[in-house]
Amino acid sequence: MRDNNIIIDIEHLSKSFGDHQVLKDISLYIRKGEFVTLLGPSGCGKTTLLRMIAGFLQPDEGKIMMEWDGKNGKTEFMDVAQIPPHQRPLNTVFQRYALFPHLDVYDNIAFGLKLKGVPKEEIDVRVRKVLKLVSMSDYEDRDVNSLSGGQQQRVAIARSIVNRPKVLLLDEPLAALDLKMRQDMQIELKEMHQKLGITFIYVTHDQAEALTLSDTIVVMNEGRIQQIGTPTDIYNEPVNSFVADFIGESNILNGTMLKDRRVSFIGHDFDCVDEGFGENVPVDVVIRPEDIYIMNKTEGAQFTGVVKSCTFKGVHYEMYVDTDSGNELQIQDYNAFETGSTVGLIIRPDDIQVMRKERVENTLDCTVIDETHIEMLGEEFECKPIAGFKEDSEAKAHIAFSKIDLMDHEEEGTTSGEVWFILYKGDHYHLTVKTESGEFVYVDTQDIWDKGDLVGIRILPEDITVTEGNEQTE
Amino acid sequence: MSKRSNWAIPYFIFLVIFVLLPLILIVVYAFQGQDGGFTMENITKFFADGDALNTFAVSIEVAIENTLICLLLGYPAAYILANKDLNKSAVTVILFILPMWINALMRTLATAELFNVLGFSLGKGTLLYGLVYDYLPFMIYPIYNVLLKMDNSYAEAAADLGATPVQVFGKVTLPLSMPGISSGILMVFMPTVSTFAISEFLTNNKIKLFGTIIQENINSSMWNYGAALSLIMLLIIGLTTLLLGGDKENAVEGGTV
Repeated sequence: MRDNNIIIDIEHLSKSFGDHQVLKDISLYIRKGEFVTLLGPSGCGKTTLLRMIAGFLQPDEGKIMMEWDGKNGKTEFMDVAQIPPHQRPLNTVFQRYALFPHLDVYDNIAFGLKLKGVPKEEIDVRVRKVLKLVSMSDYEDRDVNSLSGGQQQRVAIARSIVNRPKVLLLDEPLAALDLKMRQDMQIELKEMHQKLGITFIYVTHDQAEALTLSDTIVVMNEGRIQQIGTPTDIYNEPVNSFVADFIGESNILNGTMLKDRRVSFIGHDFDCVDEGFGENVPVDVVIRPEDIYIMNKTEGAQFTGVVKSCTFKGVHYEMYVDTDSGNELQIQDYNAFETGSTVGLIIRPDDIQVMRKERVENTLDCTVIDETHIEMLGEEFECKPIAGFKEDSEAKAHIAFSKIDLMDHEEEGTTSGEVWFILYKGDHYHLTVKTESGEFVYVDTQDIWDKGDLVGIRILPEDITVTEGNEQTE
Repeated sequence: MSKRSNWAIPYFIFLVIFVLLPLILIVVYAFQGQDGGFTMENITKFFADGDALNTFAVSIEVAIENTLICLLLGYPAAYILANKDLNKSAVTVILFILPMWINALMRTLATAELFNVLGFSLGKGTLLYGLVYDYLPFMIYPIYNVLLKMDNSYAEAAADLGATPVQVFGKVTLPLSMPGISSGILMVFMPTVSTFAISEFLTNNKIKLFGTIIQENINSSMWNYGAALSLIMLLIIGLTTLLLGGDKENAVEGGTV
């Protein structure tokens, strides 16, 4: 039996455009009356997912289940793949509003009601009511092109909610507004959501907006759901370094879980509250900048550092501190600390967020060519002599993050790639590089690269370890 | 005067010689009698001339028929060409425009010859065939342009608000393509009224259009009456333009060939 509170249930949804897979096995349920935000960088698949719920795109695989009033008048909870958009019980607020330019404000809002054959008097009452709700009461007869961006946005919202949909879909509705207007609209949207009791599914790339508005945030990247949770959960307990980096400011560091409740990073051992990782396991550690205590005296501090820069940010100061072990930490505090001064630093156990590493090395599929050569990433690589492999047999190649060299010129490497994602880890950068063959390799480097840089990729033969192909690796 | 405004001088001279001067000459000739003095005779002669009035009515009728057929054939064609799901290649668009690369007279002559060979008797049917053949691209292109530029999110928004595909077309796509439609109508209706070559070749002058009488009068040296007829036609065209293309910006947006 399904939970009656669930209004939309998405199961194993996948979608590709040509060769490019934009959604990979998305599963997600949405409760009645919830404000759910799909959050992620551009190209993460959030808009595609929203358009599929609206019915403008068909899934390749998987189901979208929602309540639907069937022809026999019975409300069923069913897969809506075959139901065209105009019959789905939801309405969309489009990114560029898509107000009909040939109709005035009143007729734009009344569009859906007229189609349903609602009596004229009732249309009048309902249109006036939503116009009041979005504070646009005197604009009925205005040409939509004469309205400002914010006003058009209000009309677009009014046009959707006047139909009393079960679910309202909003596709980056505030992206085109300036900051002040955006903040005002956020408050209004939140109030509207509470007043109407409609389920909102909201798409945005703005993490601050998502934290402000949502009951539940769905963080997406590269077509996959990274984490689902309340804003507090997502902020305080990110499940991986992508979420930690994308939501708010954070220090993401390499660490080792020594044993339960004891973790080592930046050259020091700390008490923490996490358990169950095992002993001496490599982990990622996330510390929010506001969670590091900074003081002028060094007695009683867990470790020390030298202030490198200090910038006033309005409410707080933002400082970059070089620790005694050579890591750089971002710290926020209400007090300013002089550049060049030595400070004492403390991190409390429950402010340390420990995350299992998604991977500890590069593991790539390869094919053995001969004793000293393998094929991987679509190219032939030399490796140290390997024994016991048949030619053409499938195997796995293991390469440490720090053993992949990136070159300025694509042609200098054995193969080439594009810098896809950059994470600063306190004393080095952890890069995700998309290779020519479409696979990802992960590289630790001291060098500064920019997202989108085209690089040559070189791996020395002695750094490639080849193992049997049939072992289970992620 | 800035130097840049001097660049407009050649165009100004062009306008005076090729547009303004001929217009003045038409007006002068139209109100000139045999003796060279001012007269309204040429204008009143048209309204008393049963044949001329009849031809005028036939011209308008043929022009309306031609415009309607072009619209009925051209709109679906433009819609299909502009729809990315139905038409994935730019070549088909060129194929529709391709006949315009060949001189209209040549095409008309060839069509007439084709009808002769096939043994069709020339008359209204063949006239309309030739007119539609000649003017269809002028209807398709502006509509195609408007549809191509139309943001797909309007249609999606309408569907989202509960419109069936037919309602989406009727309530959103069609009204939003009106600028293209009025451009197309202007570009087909007006030249049809004044055409004479097509009716001459495709009906052997059995059906005379307004352009035909103007041409006949000028050819038989009745310049004054011919000029008066031209003036009347100009006024009619001007009126149609005002009525249809009242929204000048939209007509421009509709695009011309």
